[in-house]
Amino acid sequence: MSITTMTKEEIVSITNEAICEEFEFDMEKMTPEAHLYTDLGLDSLDAVDLVLVLEKAFKVKLRNQPEVKEVRTLEDVYDLIQKLMQQEAA
Amino acid sequence: MQLKRVVVTGMGAISPYGSGVAALQAGIAGMESAITRMERASEIRELRSQIAGLIPDIDVTVVPRKDRRTMTAMGIYALMAAREALSMAGLGDEDLGSGRLGVSLACTSTCGDLLEEFFSGYLPDRDVSHCKSTTFFKLMNHALASSVAQALNVCGRIISPASACATSTQAIGYGYEAIQLGRQDIMLCGGSEELHPLSLASFDLINAASTGFNDAPTRAPRPFDRDRDGVVCAEGAGLLILESYDHAVARGATILGELVGFSTSSSPKHPANPDAEAILRCMEEALHDAGLMPSQIDYLNAHATGTVSGDAAEAQAIRTLFGSELPVSSFKGHMGHTLAASGVLETIATFSGLQSNTLYPTRNLEAIDPDCVGINLFSHALTQSVTYFIKNSFALGGINASLVFRRI
Repeated sequence: MSITTMTKEEIVSITNEAICEEFEFDMEKMTPEAHLYTDLGLDSLDAVDLVLVLEKAFKVKLRNQPEVKEVRTLEDVYDLIQKLMQQEAA
Repeated sequence: MQLKRVVVTGMGAISPYGSGVAALQAGIAGMESAITRMERASEIRELRSQIAGLIPDIDVTVVPRKDRRTMTAMGIYALMAAREALSMAGLGDEDLGSGRLGVSLACTSTCGDLLEEFFSGYLPDRDVSHCKSTTFFKLMNHALASSVAQALNVCGRIISPASACATSTQAIGYGYEAIQLGRQDIMLCGGSEELHPLSLASFDLINAASTGFNDAPTRAPRPFDRDRDGVVCAEGAGLLILESYDHAVARGATILGELVGFSTSSSPKHPANPDAEAILRCMEEALHDAGLMPSQIDYLNAHATGTVSGDAAEAQAIRTLFGSELPVSSFKGHMGHTLAASGVLETIATFSGLQSNTLYPTRNLEAIDPDCVGINLFSHALTQSVTYFIKNSFALGGINASLVFRRI
């Protein structure tokens, strides 16, 4: 499956699985509105690894994207991945 | 300045016998061998030593992810041992965060598996993009001590005195001095070790590892024995709680023993060859620190790893200082050489035996080597009242360390 053909649902699924595996979360915690820091308990070191995990899962470069710093919730993550995919497709 | 008395109020262990001081004590008391074949070692070309003392599988998820992310296996072992020691000592969050409790803890070298992982990703294209945020936190020389301190919310001083096989003996000694001087009331002291084939190779390459018992692992190592052929590496972690006597008494703690003497020194003659004169001097200085005569020591737990020259040098030094009556044994024949953890684990095993006035003999010692005669290498467990015992540790690089304990 090419990254540029993924649906939002597929992005959500891949993101949730990757995050749960990396940070040892139960899938029930993975709601779109979940705040990465206050709800999921991630911190500054985890944020670095979150970027690494997403880059590996989606084969995209996120680290130097300015929008990364604005990400707060899982929905923000899904949207950012989708936006990057659309940019790539275009 | 009046130095403070320092006592032992807690012990914790992870050893090739499993989790806990009780497992260590049962293994030593039962004269069981913890040595097995190390399958990973047999896959390494030109590595001749293929046996080791390995920690059984442990559920690492007992350590929360956020604590575990800056640890390799040795940190997890150390944290588990620390928790056992703290529980035994009856110490809690208030003590840990008081600023009066510190950590003196180290390992032999950085985790080999982590180095493999890092350089496997780095070397092909000189690329660090694969590195996690915590890679360096695990690679730091003080990573073991700092990660355990972070996990336990320790606010006191951190000492990370890496000195290979003398590490935990030095760590205990430096913790002792911090309390003596009144800088800390409590110190969590010890060492931890996880094995990588590189550990075995480091001894094998200098012809100091056992290579003749790959098909009969439980028969090695053989401290002081005529057929000894070298070190058998092992992994483990041990922690002692050292505490000022006044602090321990004030809170009604159970006192397991008193640390009354410490010495550590360098032998610059050679980085690998044991130096009987330096060993002798180290033990003499530890006795001097304790204010004791050699005749007052009741037992000596030797470093004796099962190398030809190391055991002979230690035996010579013991013979010169203590004569032929002092009971001497080594626990390397039981569980191998737990390297950075050896000093503390063997101290814990000695204390465990002394709770029932029992001294355990050297496993795999069947025929005393002519170079090791003239000291009391007893062959069966002794029932004996012990007041003072001495623990030796020596390391590559010419490091010597000795501790003198008193039972209370």
